[in-house]
Amino acid sequence: MRAGRIIAIVALLLLASEALCADRGVSCEAAQGDPSPCPPGVQGDSSSMSGDEPLDMEEYIFGHISDAYEWHIATVRGKHISIPLPCIIIDNGVHVFSSSRLAHGASYEGYCIAPKGQAHEGKIVRASDGKRPFDISITKNVCGLIIDSIILVVLILLCARWYRKHDVLKEAPTGLAALLEPVIMTIENDVIKDAVGPDYKRFSPYLLTAFFFILINNLMGIFPVFPGGANITGNIAVTFVLAMFTFLMVNLFGNKHYWKDILWPDVPVFLKAIPLMPAIEILGMFTKPFSLMIRLFANMLAGHIMLLSTVALIFLTAKMGAVLNGSLSFVAVVLGIFLDCLEVLVAFIQAYVFTMLSSVFIGLAHQHPEGETH
Amino acid sequence: MSLVTPDIGLVFWMVVIFGVVFFLLAKFGFPVITKAVRKRTEHIEDSLKAAQQARLSLEQVELQSAQMLEQTRSEQGRILQEASRTREEILSSAREQAQTEAAEILCSAREEIKAEKESALQEIRSEVSSLSVAVAEKILRKELDSTPEQISLLERFAEEASNAPIS
Repeated sequence: MRAGRIIAIVALLLLASEALCADRGVSCEAAQGDPSPCPPGVQGDSSSMSGDEPLDMEEYIFGHISDAYEWHIATVRGKHISIPLPCIIIDNGVHVFSSSRLAHGASYEGYCIAPKGQAHEGKIVRASDGKRPFDISITKNVCGLIIDSIILVVLILLCARWYRKHDVLKEAPTGLAALLEPVIMTIENDVIKDAVGPDYKRFSPYLLTAFFFILINNLMGIFPVFPGGANITGNIAVTFVLAMFTFLMVNLFGNKHYWKDILWPDVPVFLKAIPLMPAIEILGMFTKPFSLMIRLFANMLAGHIMLLSTVALIFLTAKMGAVLNGSLSFVAVVLGIFLDCLEVLVAFIQAYVFTMLSSVFIGLAHQHPEGETH
Repeated sequence: MSLVTPDIGLVFWMVVIFGVVFFLLAKFGFPVITKAVRKRTEHIEDSLKAAQQARLSLEQVELQSAQMLEQTRSEQGRILQEASRTREEILSSAREQAQTEAAEILCSAREEIKAEKESALQEIRSEVSSLSVAVAEKILRKELDSTPEQISLLERFAEEASNAPIS
């Protein structure tokens, strides 16, 4: 009964997401029709195409998956509805202003968004020399991160509150606690405990945080309406930081045996006299988190691109007649539903894999060779 | 290319945001939950162990009670047997006693009767002798005066008297 209801809700959400993606596809087309004044000096006009132009796939896809200074929600009849976000620039003092001042290539306080085809395309640059200042703007991804993090923290703290308020020996968890407890305990017992080994309790808060952080950002990335839809975990900066945290966790808490294995491994002496093996091992220290970074980034990015391309099918065939457009729209919707389901699965799997591999790396840094007691 | 070059601003914010989230969840979130669940798991394990032990001890108690019952039953049988034997013994001994006593009583009664009879006979004998003496006296008084036969009778009496044993 309950499962049926959940399935129905998921199906409804997926359908809605299709509709909204479609809407955004339209918005991209419409956006190209807008006239845009360009600031003198740096600017070449990128968006003065006429409304009859076919869909610009590159801009359509990259517009959705890359970071932006404003959060574009929808375009209704050629009018953009977007949330301007604050730009913060540290460059001879702190400059804070709304991103709406930079819309359509305008420049403000000597900064503008670099146009297409130039270095730092789509980023804020100095209007005078086209160089990047130190830019810590609250971009679409930062905003998404903040929203998702608030949701995550509230969810987990509410769940923790249940355990604070109730005697766990007398009551079975209800509500949110009942929802999250199985997930938390599955990750803790099946992934962290098995991979990290005996002192897993020290690392389980980090690994659980990483898992839920990635999971919620992945899921919110698939969800197409406002608080979702930002391609957060498909951004390499985000996965870079996550991988960096894992790298720190592995190397800051690695034991003696771990460092011995890297610097003086158990191989014939001539392999370490010229430090061949140590060099490979040290390289391995970095390739492990690097693979984590690339795996998560590429998977989420590819998922987004796949979904967007499928939806783009509708707009690519818009000019090719009703029959072709109609049939391909049908195919696009069916395929889109399938891909959405797949992406929900991938969202979970990638979070799981990241956590599992991080646990394994931490576990490897805590190995005790046989016969040695700890 | 912007896809694979991490943006420094985003890295900065990601470090800040993830750091804050990590701090909050690692301090107030997950440890509370996992500790509570671990506590419950331990409690369940302990309860299961206790239940197992209780079942074992219950089994032992049942075994013991069955043994006790068996013992009691055999004891009961033994006691009953003993009781019946004792009863038999008591009965037989009582019977014996009664018999000997009855025999004794009979014996003494017989002796008494014999003695009584003897004494009665003695009495009768003395009565008869005294009566006969009186009769003889009377007869003597009457006859002595007269006849020789009486004198002979007297003589005979005297003879008899001398012959008769003195009681």
